[in-house]
Amino acid sequence: MTSGWASLRRLAPAVFVLAATAIVTASAEIPLNERRSGYADLGRETKAMQDDDTANPGMLAVLDGEALWSAKAGSAGRSCADCHGDARTSMKGVAARYPAFDAKAGRPVNIEQRINLCRDERQQAKPFAYESRDMLALSAFVGLQSRGQPIAPPDDARLQPFRDAGRDTYNRRQGQLNLACGHCHDDNRGQRLAGIVIPQAHPTGYPLYRLEWQSVGSLQRRLRNCLIGMRAEHYAYGAPEYVELETYLMWRARGMPMETPAVRP
Amino acid sequence: MKEQPSATRRQMLAAAGGLGLVLIVRPAQAQLQANPAALNAAIRQVTGGARLNKGRVHLDVPPLSENGNTVALGVSVDSPMTPEDHVKAIHVFSEKNPQPNIVSVRLGPRAGKAGITTRMRLADTQTITAVAELSDGSFWTETGHVIITLGACLEDVI
Amino acid sequence: MARALINVPAKARKGDVIEIKTLISHVMESGFRRTQTGEAIPRDIVTAFACTYNGEEIFAAQLYPAISANPFITFHTVATESGTFEFKWTGDNGFAATETAKIVVE
Repeated sequence: MTSGWASLRRLAPAVFVLAATAIVTASAEIPLNERRSGYADLGRETKAMQDDDTANPGMLAVLDGEALWSAKAGSAGRSCADCHGDARTSMKGVAARYPAFDAKAGRPVNIEQRINLCRDERQQAKPFAYESRDMLALSAFVGLQSRGQPIAPPDDARLQPFRDAGRDTYNRRQGQLNLACGHCHDDNRGQRLAGIVIPQAHPTGYPLYRLEWQSVGSLQRRLRNCLIGMRAEHYAYGAPEYVELETYLMWRARGMPMETPAVRP
Repeated sequence: MKEQPSATRRQMLAAAGGLGLVLIVRPAQAQLQANPAALNAAIRQVTGGARLNKGRVHLDVPPLSENGNTVALGVSVDSPMTPEDHVKAIHVFSEKNPQPNIVSVRLGPRAGKAGITTRMRLADTQTITAVAELSDGSFWTETGHVIITLGACLEDVI
Repeated sequence: MARALINVPAKARKGDVIEIKTLISHVMESGFRRTQTGEAIPRDIVTAFACTYNGEEIFAAQLYPAISANPFITFHTVATESGTFEFKWTGDNGFAATETAKIVVE
């Protein structure tokens, strides 16, 4: 018995360290059955905006995107539809699977970067700028085809290190306020920050129409917005850090239904 | 309106305290004052000074709105909407926006129902006034109060 | 050309009161904002909206800077006969947009 106690005592520090590590990295993660979309915390009027396509200004971007889908572009004179056909079938569930690993880049690309890869390689067209009207329109149109589909990050081992890097960024204290994303969106989810309920930060509806912006914007714009709020330095659009965060956030939201184009305050 | 850049930049002054406590301090932003003179002048312009009767008008505004950029607004008026007895116009006014007029609509018996909705910007928490002009020349009014809440993490403007 | 979304029931019974919903893409720059360097941003709004039903005006609205970006307007009309609704928006800087929608009245 004594030897047993002795070995336990020797083990204790190691167990403590393990437990502490678990607290730092994993305990903040929201249990799968407690996850909720930001939609659940919207006021009646904002929910109504998202629920009715004629009332949702995000659908105006979708209409623009629909036109772009079948417009010939670039020196190849080819449209998205020329390769992909009817988006309703070919793009169903696609946005729910991004970011995905791109072998040529050797890293994950998000849906906007995928669109620009197509423009470059297939259409020989100039890339769309991040947050440009055309980029938001086409990504909103592609995103709409996944509305109601569960977020389904690819089961691809090559994504793991990037997902881990995204989780590290998410949990790392940054900026003058010395906050990590998880301090608000995991530890204090559901509490109020000023007049707004702190959401769990599941990217279920991007690109989305934000009342504050009075326009449609991407997930990266929202992340930039958060970093500004944290008084942290934000990254350039398309930066690897953003895509890694997206990769982690989409995994964190796995199984939740897509809402693109969502409406948020 | 509420998206004035100076206000936005100042809107969030936050300090992280001990014990993981985060304190959000919103500096005393100059409270917008109601401008009853401008409001009354704008109302007089549509009524021509006629008496305003309370009632018949229903104003549907949220008691609390998540963002002043987009506040739902619904106005309906009790009226049979017949050629003899109908609503001719509905006007909506703000007491704190830089301009008192929000929207004015013209309708008639072909509407069948005097009910409209739109979305408005409100510079601050305030009282909204709706005025309906009826075919018999009478004016009816109703007011509603909207509290504007603000998010904590606002983006820099432009 | 600005994008617009119109919701009119495709079919109605004669005498039914129907709801019409309209949404148009427009920044509705209020004219009251300034850039971070303090320059005033000029007003650029939709100032008027009108709807005709087989040529006759059934609804009109005057819009002010207090109307939200991407103006959304709903109203009602009595379905009297099959035909066409025409929607017209006009505004600052020569803005003009038109949309139509058809209805079958039985």
